[in-house]
Amino acid sequence: MKLVHRPWRLAAEAFALLAAVVVAFPLYWMVLSAFKPAGEIQSDTPRPWTLAPSLDSFRRVFQQEEFGRYFLNSLFVAGSVVVLSALIAFLAATAVTRFKFRFRTTLLIMFLVAQMVPVEALTIPLFFQMRDFGLLNTLGALILPHLAFSLPFAIWMLRGFVKAVPEALEEAALIDGASRTRFLWQILFPLVFPGLVATSVFSFISTWNDFLFAKSFIISDTSQSTLPMALLLFFKPEENDWGGIMAASTVMTVPVLVFFVLVQRRLVSGLGGAVKD
Amino acid sequence: MTQTLTAPATPPVRKGGGGARPPRSGSRRPGWTPWLYLAPALVVLAGLLVYPVYQLGLISVLEYTQAQVSGGEPTSFQGLGNYRQLFTDPQFWQVLTATVVFAALCVLSTLFVGCAFAVLLTRIRALPRLALLIASLGAWATPAITGSTVWMFLFDADFGPVNRLLGLGDFSWTYGRYSAFALVLLEVVWCSFPFVMVTVYAGIRAVPTEVLEAASLDGASQWRVWRSVLAPMLRPILLVVTIQSVIWDFKIFTQIYVMTDGGGIAGQNLVLNVYAYQQAFASSEYSLGAAIGVVMLLILLAVTLVYLRLMRRQGEEL
Repeated sequence: MKLVHRPWRLAAEAFALLAAVVVAFPLYWMVLSAFKPAGEIQSDTPRPWTLAPSLDSFRRVFQQEEFGRYFLNSLFVAGSVVVLSALIAFLAATAVTRFKFRFRTTLLIMFLVAQMVPVEALTIPLFFQMRDFGLLNTLGALILPHLAFSLPFAIWMLRGFVKAVPEALEEAALIDGASRTRFLWQILFPLVFPGLVATSVFSFISTWNDFLFAKSFIISDTSQSTLPMALLLFFKPEENDWGGIMAASTVMTVPVLVFFVLVQRRLVSGLGGAVKD
Repeated sequence: MTQTLTAPATPPVRKGGGGARPPRSGSRRPGWTPWLYLAPALVVLAGLLVYPVYQLGLISVLEYTQAQVSGGEPTSFQGLGNYRQLFTDPQFWQVLTATVVFAALCVLSTLFVGCAFAVLLTRIRALPRLALLIASLGAWATPAITGSTVWMFLFDADFGPVNRLLGLGDFSWTYGRYSAFALVLLEVVWCSFPFVMVTVYAGIRAVPTEVLEAASLDGASQWRVWRSVLAPMLRPILLVVTIQSVIWDFKIFTQIYVMTDGGGIAGQNLVLNVYAYQQAFASSEYSLGAAIGVVMLLILLAVTLVYLRLMRRQGEEL
C-alpha cells in the first residue's frame, strides 16, 4: 500500500468514511427514531438528532401482550437450529472430507443443489406436512424446516475447515490409540470450532430473520409466534405507529448485531478460509 | 495461481509428508463410518427437503384448493392443467419478467458495490477501513424484515428524511411501480453487498502482495490491476458470490412483501416468490402456487448446473 500516492489515499479514505456513514445511516435512524418522542417522529421536518430522548416507544413495544414471549420464542428457535445444525453439519462435513466412498461426489453435488431450493416455494408442501405431523402452531414447525434449509450451506462451508486440519494429526491420534470417535470429538471438533462459529452465523441469521414460515405455520396460537409477527402488529391501516415499529425493529436487530460483533473476527477469517478452499 | 487458490488440497509437496504415505487415512477401509456420520444430515434432508420437493411437484399436478384442504372434496389429477392455466395467464409472464430483470439489477448492483468497496478497503489505513467494515457488518446483520421497515420509514412520504433531503415533498415511493422496485433494490443492495465485500476482500488479501506491487511498479493503473491481475485470480471467489447473489435475489420475498405490502398496488411489484405465496395462501389456489414453485425450482436448478459446469472447468475439486 506504500505505493499508493498520498493525495489519492486521502481521497479514498474520505470516500470510505462517507460510505460508512451512508451505510450506517439506516441503522442510526432506526435507533434514533426508537428513542424519539412521538411528536418528533410524526414531524414534517425530521431532525437527525433528538433533544428529548424517550422510552415511550419501547414501553409500547414491551407492554404489548406477550412481546417478551415472542422474543424468547425467536431465541429458542434460532438457538435450537444453530446447535443442531452445527453438530449435524460437522459430522456430515467430516464424512465427505475425511473419507473416500462411493457416491461422495454425488452427495456433494446434491448438497450444493439443495442450497438452491427456493425455501419459499416449499412453504405449501411443508404446511401440509407440518399439519400431518401435528406440528402446526408449535415451534417445532419452525425449527425443523430451518434446520433442513441451513444444513446444506453449513456442510458446504464447513468442508474447508475440516479439510484444513492436517491428515497427519489424524494418523498420529490413531497410532496413539485414540478411537475414531475420540479423535472426532476431542481433536477435530475443537480445531474446527472457529469454522462452526462462522457457519452458525448464517443459520442463526436465516432462522432469526424468518418471516414467511413464522407467518404461515403459526396461525392460530399466538403464544407460539416469533418476533416478526410482533413487528407487523404496529403496521396499521389508518396510520403506522412508526415509533413502535422502529423500537420493535431495534429490539429485533440488536441480538443479531451482538452475535455478529462477537464472531466478526472469525467470520471474516472463516469466510476467507471457506472460499479459498 | 488459480490452482493454489482453489485447490490447496492437492499441493505438489506437503510439509513433512513422505512421498510414500497413503493419500488419505480414512481411505483404507472407511466401511460404514462415513454413512454413520452422514445419517442425521441425510434423514433431516430427506424428510424436510426432498420429500417436500416431491410433494410440491405432486400438488402442482392435482386440483388442490380450499375444498380439498378441508377434506370436503377428493383431490383430482389435473395433469399439466395447472401449468397450462399458468402459462396462458399474461400476469405470470409479466411477473416472471419482472423477477428476472429485478434480480439481475440487484445482482449487478450488489456485485459492483461489493467489489468496489473491497478494493477500496485494501487501499486505506486501518481506521477508515474499520469504520466501513463495521458499518457494513451492521447492514449485513440487519434482519430482512427490520431492514425493510427501516428503509420504508426513511423513504416515507410524510415523515421520512430522504424526501426532505432531496426536496421531493410528499412523493410516495411505493405508489409507482418503478420507484417501488427502486426502493426495494436499494434495500437489497444495502443488506447484501457486505457479504460480497467481505468475501472479495478476504480473497484479495490472500493474493501475494508481490504480485500487486509488481503490477504497480510496471505502471498499471488501478482499473488495469483489477482487470488483469485481481479479477482473474479472484475468479473462483467471484463465481461463488455471483451465484449466491443470483440465488438470493431471485428468491427475494420478505423485502417485496413488507415494503410493497404484499406485491404492490394491483400486484405491480409481484415477484415469483410472492406471487406463489399469494396464489396459495391468499387465494387458496395451492396447486397454482405449487406450479409456480416448480417453475422457480427449475430455473434455479439451471443456474446451479451452470455453476457446477464453470466450477468443473476451473478444475476445482469437490
